[in-house]
Order: sequence, then structure tokens, then C-alpha cells
Amino acid sequence: MKPAIQINGIHKNFGGLQALKGIDLTIAQGEFFALLGPNGAGKSTLISILAGLIKPSAGNISVMGFDVVNQYQQARQLLGVVPQELVFDPFFNVREMLRFQAGYFGRGPENDAWVDEILEGLGLADKAHVNMRKLSGGMKRRALIAQALAHKPPVIVLDEPTAGVDVELRQLMWEFIKKLNNQGHTIILTTHYLEEAETLCSRVGMMKQGEIVALDSTANLLNKFAGKQLRLTLGNVNLPANIQVLLRNQENGIYTFALNDMTQIELVLSSLRAAEIRVMDMQLSEADLEDVFMSLVGMSSVSKS
Amino acid sequence: MINNSYLNSFRGPWTLLKKELLRFWRVAFQTVAAPVITALLYLLIFSHALESHVHVYDGVPYTSFLVPGLIMMSVLQNAFANSSSSLIQSKVMGNLVFVLLTPLTHFQFFIAFLFAAIIRGLVVGLGIYLVAMWFVDIHVTNFWMVFAFALLGSALLGTFGIIAGIWADRFDQMAAFQNFIIMPLSFLSGVFYSIHSLPPFWQKLSQLNPFFYMIDGFRYGFFGKGDVSPLMSLSIVGASFLVLAMITLKMLKSGYKLRA
Repeated sequence: MKPAIQINGIHKNFGGLQALKGIDLTIAQGEFFALLGPNGAGKSTLISILAGLIKPSAGNISVMGFDVVNQYQQARQLLGVVPQELVFDPFFNVREMLRFQAGYFGRGPENDAWVDEILEGLGLADKAHVNMRKLSGGMKRRALIAQALAHKPPVIVLDEPTAGVDVELRQLMWEFIKKLNNQGHTIILTTHYLEEAETLCSRVGMMKQGEIVALDSTANLLNKFAGKQLRLTLGNVNLPANIQVLLRNQENGIYTFALNDMTQIELVLSSLRAAEIRVMDMQLSEADLEDVFMSLVGMSSVSKS
Repeated sequence: MINNSYLNSFRGPWTLLKKELLRFWRVAFQTVAAPVITALLYLLIFSHALESHVHVYDGVPYTSFLVPGLIMMSVLQNAFANSSSSLIQSKVMGNLVFVLLTPLTHFQFFIAFLFAAIIRGLVVGLGIYLVAMWFVDIHVTNFWMVFAFALLGSALLGTFGIIAGIWADRFDQMAAFQNFIIMPLSFLSGVFYSIHSLPPFWQKLSQLNPFFYMIDGFRYGFFGKGDVSPLMSLSIVGASFLVLAMITLKMLKSGYKLRA
């Protein structure tokens, strides 16, 4: 089976600025993939190249085996992209826009049932005849997602789809997107909301300054970079030497230890007991992608400076 | 989904054309009725002021002479306005991205915008004719000549509108196109006079204006008379269209200002 997306050595220079410095990435069909990174990391540039809105300076991208430059018609037929900006055409209503969008891809009245399904799934059914101009921001965002889905593409790219969207809509949207993923659609998501990527995506790529700095399954990234965190309130004490290697952070008598596995809890607690240090409070927390993200982005910025 | 490619490759550009047609038809008051009214006001004022002062062709009253010129001027201006304003609006609003994300080829994109411009031009022209024929004595003597010039003229200006729409980044740049190129060329093209009434220098200068040939050829279809041979005019207009169409297709293919 051909990969949904194959990215080989993509470079993009804007004048003297190197926006992308050789991106290699393969996304398999059916994956729910998250592309994370701070502003200016190059996520949107990469997606624009994938969508054919920007031309790469070097390298190539293919969608299910079709090159996005040389075989752009086939590639775009397979691709649905939700742009980041909240753009709309003020002349038409929601249903008209969806029909037009499907029509550009060669789909006619036989596609209407799918258009209804999208409208239903995104909670737009009662707005189908409302002019785009009159929709609220949240509704415009839904319409934007609906437009990307209008031609039923097997590969769907959502560029910051939940920016400025309330919690209720986010839930609704993710339910629908998850359903599409379960039906076999490949989903690629860029987001600032790390918890979204954590709960939804099976694999994560993290970008920084035009490069991919981490690429792994969500579970592996969480294990590798963070594990569990043990926060102990001890007051002002001298920690036994054998557990100082596990210490991540110390602030106002609160000590945070990074643990690779649960057995280390016993090690920490017994060492403290032996040193007659009293534990006043204790919290055990799972690491999240934010920790991974911060440690990666932090680490690479240190190593670069 | 890539089967049925013949039907699909037809439906894509047809959808874009349909959208472009609906876009101006939804605001027909502004895009059709307004230019018809403007042309009729020109007709009223100029014919009233100049009917007894200006001699054009033998046996052709000035008011009758004026009608084809005004029709053609409106056809050209509206064909230009359609493609240029649609593109600049879509660019500024950002919704052109919906078209850029599709598998439409540069040629299909061109054809859709071109035909929308032609149809808007022809609808406005027909509107002026249908109103003017009630109170001005005017007949078409050579329908195919009238049709050929209206079609090629609106195609030429529609194409020019696409170039302007791609090139301009802001509304004021587009206004400059309208005010400094389209308006002077259309007003100095012999809409309101026969260039034979001009001094030799200005006659020569007028002959460098492509609008002159479109107006003159179109008028020939009504009166069987013109300042120059209609076939020469047709060749010049046709050749100008081909040159502009080539430039436009090249711009679209390269993604100039549309795809970074």
C-alpha cells in the first residue's frame, strides 16, 4: 500500500530565510498524525507545499504515490485541506459552497448525499441555506472544514482547525473527524493544543525552525521524553545523593522527580525514610505532550545556542 | 474516482464558470442594471447636446451612430470588470484558495473566468440594445459581424481583466488599471465621434488604440460603414486576444502571484 503522504528532502527558502531545511516524513494510510511546533516552525509552509499553494525549493511530496507538482491533478483529487485562515466567499450559502467545491473536483449531484452527511456531522444542517457572511466565527470554521471534505478526500489535512473554537465545537468536530479516521481516511493535523494531539493522534512529528526534531508514536514520545513525574513537598532538606539524579526541579520545598518506571517510587520514598525526611505531600502525574514539547524545543534551542 | 475523467474534466471548469456567473447575477442591480443606466444617460445627454452639431456618416443620425459605440464600450468595460473584480476580491478575501486547492488546470481556470467575463459583457450590451431600440432608430445589418466583435472584444477585455486581477494586490491598484488604462482607451476610441473628424495626428494616434478597432468593427455591423476595414479590425482584435491569452496562460501556469 502506498503511503498517504511521502515527503522527501523538502527545502523552502523565502529569499535568505530557510523556512524548511530538508524535511523527510512518511505518513501511512489510515494514520491520525499530528504535526506540532511553535509559530514559525514551518508547519504551514510544509502543508502549503503539500497542497500546491507554495512551490518547494527542493525535494518532492507525493500523495498516495502522486507527485504534488508533476501529477497535481491526481494528488489534489486525493487531498482535502482546511486552511488556517477563516476565509469564505460572501456571495453564497453553505450548501452552494459545498456543491461548488465538490464540483471543482468533478463531482456532481451524486455527491449530494455526502454533502448532507458532512452538514449533519458538523452541525451545519440548519445553516445550510444561510449566507456564509451571516455565519458566526465558529460556524464559518465548520463550513471551512466541510468545504475541505466536500469531495470526500481519502487524505485530510487540518491546519490549526481549532484555533479560536469553543470547547463544544471542538468536541463535535473531533467526533466527526475520528469517525472519518475510523472509516479509513488519513488525518494530518497541526495544532497548538497539545492535549488534542495527545488524545487523538497515534503518531506525532515535532517541528522547530524548519526541521523535524522528533518523530515517533505518541506513546513512545511520552515514555521516552517524560515518563512519570513525582512531586513531593519536603521543605528545606538535603536530598540523599542516590536520588538526586532523578531530580528534575526544585522550588519552594517542592521537589519534582522524573521517573522512568513505577519501581523508582519505592526507591525515592525509602531513601527519604532512611534520611529521616518527612513527606508532607505527594503527587504522581503522567507526563503529557507539553512536557515532551517543552523539553524538545528547550533542548534543541540550548544545543543550537 | 479518477474514472469518468472526461465528465470530471468538464464538470470542474463548468462549476467554476457557474459560480462566476452566479456571482455577478446575484448582484445584477450593480453589475448589469447600473451599466445599462449609465450608457443610456450618456446616450441621452450626448445625443441631446450634439445631435445637430456633429456630422458622422452620410445618412446616419448622430444618436444612431452613438448607440453601437456605447454598447461596445459597456461590453468591454464590463467584461474587464467581471474577471478583474472577481479575482481581486477573491485574493483580498483569501477565498481564491478554494479554487487553488482543486485539480483545475490553468487552462480550465482561464476558460471559466474568460467565459464569465464574455457573458457579463454580452448581457450588459444586450440590455443596452434592448432599451435603446425603443427610442433610437437602429438596426443590425450584419449580425455575425456584430456578434464576432462583441465576442472577441469581451474576450480580449476579459483576458486583460484576468491579468489585472492576478497582478494587482490591492483595490487601489485595480482602480488605477480602470482609471488610467481602461477609461482613457475606451473614451478615446471613437465611441462619441468618427476619427475622420480628427486632425491627422490624432487619427494616427487613434489607430494605435485597440479599442478603436473593436468599436469601429462593431459599428460596421450596424451601418455597413466604418473608419477602417472590418476584416482588418477583426484581425487586429483577434491577434490581440491571442497574444493576451498566451500571456495570461503563461502567468497562470507559472503560478505568478497566486502560488508562492
